[in-house]
Amino acid sequence: MSEVIIYSVITAVFVGVSAGYLGSLMVLEKMALVGDALSHVALPGLAIGILLNFDPLVGAFAFLFASAVIIWHLQRVTKISFEALVGAMFTLALAIGILLLGDNLDALEEALFGDITQISLLHVVAGVAISIAAVFLTRLIYKKLVLAMVSEDLAISKGISVAKTNLLYLFLVSLVVAVGIQIVGTLLVGFLVIVPAIAAKNISRNMTQYAALSAVFGLASAVSGVLLASYLEQPPGPIVVVCGIVVFAVSVLINWRKKTTL
Amino acid sequence: MADEKDVILKVKDLGVKLQNQILLDNISFNVRKGTTVAILGPNGAGKTVLLRALLNRLPHTGEIEWTEKVKLGYVPQYVAVSDVPMTVKEFLSIEGCTNPETALAQVRLTDKSLLDKRLGVLSGGQLRRVLIAWALNDNPNVLLLDEPTTGVDMDSEEPIYLMLNDIKKNQKITILLITHNIHIVEEYTDDLLAINKCVTYCGPSAEIAKPEIQRQIYGEPMCVETARGEA
Repeated sequence: MSEVIIYSVITAVFVGVSAGYLGSLMVLEKMALVGDALSHVALPGLAIGILLNFDPLVGAFAFLFASAVIIWHLQRVTKISFEALVGAMFTLALAIGILLLGDNLDALEEALFGDITQISLLHVVAGVAISIAAVFLTRLIYKKLVLAMVSEDLAISKGISVAKTNLLYLFLVSLVVAVGIQIVGTLLVGFLVIVPAIAAKNISRNMTQYAALSAVFGLASAVSGVLLASYLEQPPGPIVVVCGIVVFAVSVLINWRKKTTL
Repeated sequence: MADEKDVILKVKDLGVKLQNQILLDNISFNVRKGTTVAILGPNGAGKTVLLRALLNRLPHTGEIEWTEKVKLGYVPQYVAVSDVPMTVKEFLSIEGCTNPETALAQVRLTDKSLLDKRLGVLSGGQLRRVLIAWALNDNPNVLLLDEPTTGVDMDSEEPIYLMLNDIKKNQKITILLITHNIHIVEEYTDDLLAINKCVTYCGPSAEIAKPEIQRQIYGEPMCVETARGEA
């Protein structure tokens, strides 16, 4: 097995788990499209990195963080929904990214769909560390976020700062999205946040099971996609999506069977 | 007139203004320890705003003074549980409830199988009782309830208020609850605070039976002076 495949499988394991786990909250918050759209916000950062010859991931992180803060602040001030704000932000970012990379089609394709051959040991280490930190921190605020979802008043009555908790969560999603871009690219990383979670929701009996299955399905989609892509010599992004859809389809079947046997 | 030491909450000249709209104006009342106070008023009168102000959730003017160290329990009117795959047991454990069976028994839910049911599949009455159990989890001495029988059929309403009265007596807590039901005010609460952005009545709940008091509450807003009033 080549070094690149080992690197990409290790990254896929950690990114799959963290994207699935964090995505379970995105789906419950009815912010599924926020995760998807947020990933496109990284495009101008990637473009600037490519054009100015520094690690594009650093640019992606910077843009994602800045966007998370802007979106969070605008939401608090204007009370416009996260989805609408992220929608505006992501189309703007996509436009800027394409304008910056318009003449460089290879780089644009790499940014949109990911290029696993570019993964270095440093990326792997950063990806693993960031994924572990994101899962650990999300676990600490998971109950608070769920309570705020059930009722913001209820959460605040227990002394939870909902606004700050949401900001931290958006930061963590940004981190995971930035790492996921390496594998599936900006266009498809949102998939890893949404689909494992909705597949888990189909068959979970409780929250603990739901969070755990989201992570497992994220791992299964990412790892099987990367391995299959390497075998088929195809870009990993679309293959990860296909594998994830298979997982989702199986969950729909299980759910359907459960309902018909009741 | 209640003894000063019996008062647990003193509210003086409370005002809440959001986006240039006056939501509450010049609200003053006192709450006696160990009583149930009904908060009544037409839609948009500011009842929920008042509870949120008491929870210190809203910027306000005037004074809200709790006369002793209070621990507030809160039951909101609406919760979004239909889409969350959370069981009753998981919900109760959020606040560190170690004995969910006892917590449910306290609100007269004795069916143990409820613990593994999702919140979204509970009946209206069961859900309200679970929310009350949650609010009671860390032994509050004041319970704030925003329309505690929302989504509950009429037959199941009274048992919830009877239960709240028992909890009040057994645990010696003070209850402030929002309701639209005059019968509930009369039968199950001690004092009444009627508001329509300002105070329209403040006094014993039994007075609600009088037509002139009902006109005062539901007629044209007519603020009353309550600077020294007792709810």
